[in-house]
Amino acid sequence: MRIEDHPILGKAEWGRKITLIVDGEPIEAFEGEPIAAALIAAGHRVFHYTTKRNEPRGVFCALGRCTDCVMTVDGQINVRTCVTPARDGMVVKTQIGLGQWEDLQVCGEKEE
Amino acid sequence: MKGGIRTTGIPSKEELEASPGYPSAKALVTKPMVVIECVQDIPCNPCEAICPNGAIFVGHPITQLPVFYPERCDACGRCIPLCPGQAIFGVDMTYASDKAAVSFPYEFLPLPNKGDVVQGVNRAGEVVCDAKVLRVQRPKSFDHTAVITVAVPKDLAMEVRSMRRLPRA
Amino acid sequence: MGRTEIAVVGAGPAGLAAAIEAARAGAQVTLIDENERPGGQLFKQIHKFFGSEAHRAGTRGVQIGRDLLKEAQDAGVEIRLNTVVYGLFAHHCLGLVCGDHTEDLQAEIIILATGASENALAFPGWTLPGVMGAGAAQTLINIHRALPGYRVLMVGAGNVGLIVAYQLLQAGAEVVAVVESLPCIGGYGVHASKVRRAGVPILTAHTIVRAEGENGVERAVIAQVDENCQPISGTEQNLDVDTICLAVGLSPLAELAWMAGCQFTYIPTLGGWVPVHDQDMQTSLTGIYVTGDLTGIEEASTAMEEGRLAGLAAAETLGYLAPEEGERKKAQVRELLATLRIGSFGEGRAVAKGQIVKARCEA
Repeated sequence: MRIEDHPILGKAEWGRKITLIVDGEPIEAFEGEPIAAALIAAGHRVFHYTTKRNEPRGVFCALGRCTDCVMTVDGQINVRTCVTPARDGMVVKTQIGLGQWEDLQVCGEKEE
Repeated sequence: MKGGIRTTGIPSKEELEASPGYPSAKALVTKPMVVIECVQDIPCNPCEAICPNGAIFVGHPITQLPVFYPERCDACGRCIPLCPGQAIFGVDMTYASDKAAVSFPYEFLPLPNKGDVVQGVNRAGEVVCDAKVLRVQRPKSFDHTAVITVAVPKDLAMEVRSMRRLPRA
Repeated sequence: MGRTEIAVVGAGPAGLAAAIEAARAGAQVTLIDENERPGGQLFKQIHKFFGSEAHRAGTRGVQIGRDLLKEAQDAGVEIRLNTVVYGLFAHHCLGLVCGDHTEDLQAEIIILATGASENALAFPGWTLPGVMGAGAAQTLINIHRALPGYRVLMVGAGNVGLIVAYQLLQAGAEVVAVVESLPCIGGYGVHASKVRRAGVPILTAHTIVRAEGENGVERAVIAQVDENCQPISGTEQNLDVDTICLAVGLSPLAELAWMAGCQFTYIPTLGGWVPVHDQDMQTSLTGIYVTGDLTGIEEASTAMEEGRLAGLAAAETLGYLAPEEGERKKAQVRELLATLRIGSFGEGRAVAKGQIVKARCEA
């Protein structure tokens, strides 16, 4: 859920609306906010599964120190989504274990 | 450590009555005034600075509990939204023969409207009465803290300290 | 290799205050922060601060953050964001990572203001999505306006737990309960009162036993504890929650000071291992200063004052302040600091800070 109106912070002034492709599905985001914020706001809270026991993990520290929020983003594994700004068209995948390097992309477009 | 603010988060009757910011029952019936429910020695003194009538004294060290002088209070209410602890309230026992007007700081949305009937809650958040909203103030100078004034049964004037939050849209 | 006169690591309240004082005195100051925005934890503090007028009492943390930022910019501080200081090497050389490249920065004086991080509490189910630091929830709701859940259990009734519980209510969540393992509430009574008035129970001598759920938190099991903090069997209760916030203390982020070889001392009330410093905030290593929560967990007001003290001392050392003027200004700041470390909540910290300075002098 997005906090549109807040008693202290006032009404939200969102940036440009963009789309992330998360596990194949479009999820709305605002340009520049952390990927994790968009996912949490959309109710998506499993970000990866651990290597040995396949257990779900999600946001824990929300400031880039614990790595519980890592996902595979644009082909790159272990991206800390809580400190990585969302860009239009980013391909975000729930990472399984150590993940798999894919051809690196930039917002879904393959790099030359 | 039985009861009281350190174990329950609610100041006990004894703690309140021992606080120099808490006016006596005798003073309360004479005119509208504020009630300062400050019972811990936190370094803090904006209430002293904002009072235009010198009705609140903290002095130095600033951990001293505010001393309230009811005779100097004209119930302007400036201290109510300013207190960082939201520990100051307005009480007007002269409002009506059977009702008192209670003012409290409020920082939630949605705000009620004047004329609405809300549920008055005590310090433990328990609903104790219906309360008609007499006034909702939220000028820019209050920095996002609203002050809501409600009419409550007189015997609950020193119990009602907020309202049950309204459901969000 | 880049060079600067004073490098300040960490742009929270302490780092900003240090940079402002030093730059105003005339020094060349580079302020470095790993985040994309400076301010540290300040922009999450949407409540009104305590203290005196000199401490900006009655002003919300967010506004103080904005004011400090403007003052830093006006003072001509060079602010480098998205830059991690990964090492503090010999000859005051800092290793920086910015984007995909590294660089070195040599400074005559280094002020470390790296703050603290939240502690974790391990219990069965603590790794489930939905279990997070109270500070994490605060970041999500106050910075990103994203609600992490609808029904929250707050673990810990210190100031962080109480404040974040209140802010979760403001953000639109329900806080089902606050549990605190000690028999009394550690945070300010007024913070607890706000939360109680809002109908949230504060259960002292209670703790979380486990979190349950398949792919995320679906419920929490709490229990009463005895005087040894052990759950009392038969007192378990199920709470219907989707989010569990942990507010169980902070620990200084002291890696850089440790790496440089600063001397430490262990003070539980301040968060554990803290680098020792003298009255000017200088560590056991000449030219390396520390300030803010890194030197012991306190609050934003003390962080700002300590930052000012370090900034003034650094500027004086470099000759930007005459000794007399330097001493006078530092004495004023120490006076302000002293007024924050009194009363039942503050005097323990005054004693602890005294221990730090004593340890430094005995080094």
